[in-house]
Amino acid sequence: MSKPIVATTSLAGCFGCHMSILDIDERILDLIHLVEFDKSPIDDIKKFSRKCDIGLIEGGCCNSENVHVLKDFRENCKILVSVGECAIMGGLPAMRNGIPIRECLEEAYLNGPTVKENNKLKIIPNDPELPILLDKVYPCHEVVKIDYHLPGCPPRADLIWEALVALVTGNELKMPYEVIKYD
Amino acid sequence: MNQIIRFTIDGTECMAAKGQYLVDAARENGIFIPTLCNYPGIKPKGSCRVCTVKVNGRLMTACTTPVAESMVIENLCPEIENLRKQIIELFFVEGNHFCPACEKSGQCELQALAYRYKIMAPRYPFAFPQREVDASNPKLIKDQNRCILCKRCIRGIHDEKGRTIFAYKRRSNRVEIGIDPKLGKELSDETAQKAMDICPVGALLVREKGFDIPIGERKYDKTPIGHDIEHHKIPTP
Repeated sequence: MSKPIVATTSLAGCFGCHMSILDIDERILDLIHLVEFDKSPIDDIKKFSRKCDIGLIEGGCCNSENVHVLKDFRENCKILVSVGECAIMGGLPAMRNGIPIRECLEEAYLNGPTVKENNKLKIIPNDPELPILLDKVYPCHEVVKIDYHLPGCPPRADLIWEALVALVTGNELKMPYEVIKYD
Repeated sequence: MNQIIRFTIDGTECMAAKGQYLVDAARENGIFIPTLCNYPGIKPKGSCRVCTVKVNGRLMTACTTPVAESMVIENLCPEIENLRKQIIELFFVEGNHFCPACEKSGQCELQALAYRYKIMAPRYPFAFPQREVDASNPKLIKDQNRCILCKRCIRGIHDEKGRTIFAYKRRSNRVEIGIDPKLGKELSDETAQKAMDICPVGALLVREKGFDIPIGERKYDKTPIGHDIEHHKIPTP
């Protein structure tokens, strides 16, 4: 039997959750025996080359590109897992949710102390190539169906490891109290 | 001497002084009933409903119900546990609870209850309400994003003359905690600290304080909320 295939991505996240995946230390050697990686920043495969079994999603959806990637993952992965607070509840990017989008852009490109003097033409980038910001940052499960959630900022390496092993082996996930944290 | 009465919680025989509130009676018998708006030493309010139990088949709040002879109390049945979980999830979606950026994280009772119930993600959509941080007080910062409106600060914090310092203002879904502008300016350091401690979440913070306990050593990092009650050894007389 071929090994289960894992894909990962970072949407509106900081790559901290991917760092936490690497934080499984020497168990990474067991991991390559256990699974194969497809589209992921870890192996730098940019496009899905085949259907995957497990998709790990870091970060929420803050722009149209995030939504596109997330939908792509839903189409190509049997099981999707939200990894980390940003994927689950928007996280720090969602702190802009109480601020109108125009105000955000004006602060970032026109009025912020570091741009005020330098953006003399008063340009807010609007090239058609650029993904459009959403009205607010959305948790992944409000955009597509998400099968499992692993909370944490980042989720503890032990939680990610145990969850992956449980998914691959079909055993029940061991969740000691210490591994479920929101920070 | 108080009259001692007998009752059962999930089939366990318990004893308590007559008239004691259920949460307190349960605690003395080594049984944890989760609470959020309740605080030792303050008159119970029964507003958060997290302590809901079944008393003789009826749903009641354990913080406001006095225990009576032969009461049959259900505490850990799936129906009630799910109900409590729903309430906690509603708190999370109703406000803006960004735990990674919160000074109270690891010491927060709302978060601790979510850990205890192993909530991986709330079942409800996030409301992302627009709420303000009020940093006008010289001693305290009030972050309405995190407030769960438990009224613990209103009920528990008074100045030396017994006047309340905190109050509700506005109504309905716009209701928020207000700090009396005059009395708030005269807050002592101790009262400000007491207000921060009495707040179950990170809505009231003492200025220039926070993140002072390292991750791993905070109150709810290693053991769940209620652990001390469930593992409390009753001293033998």
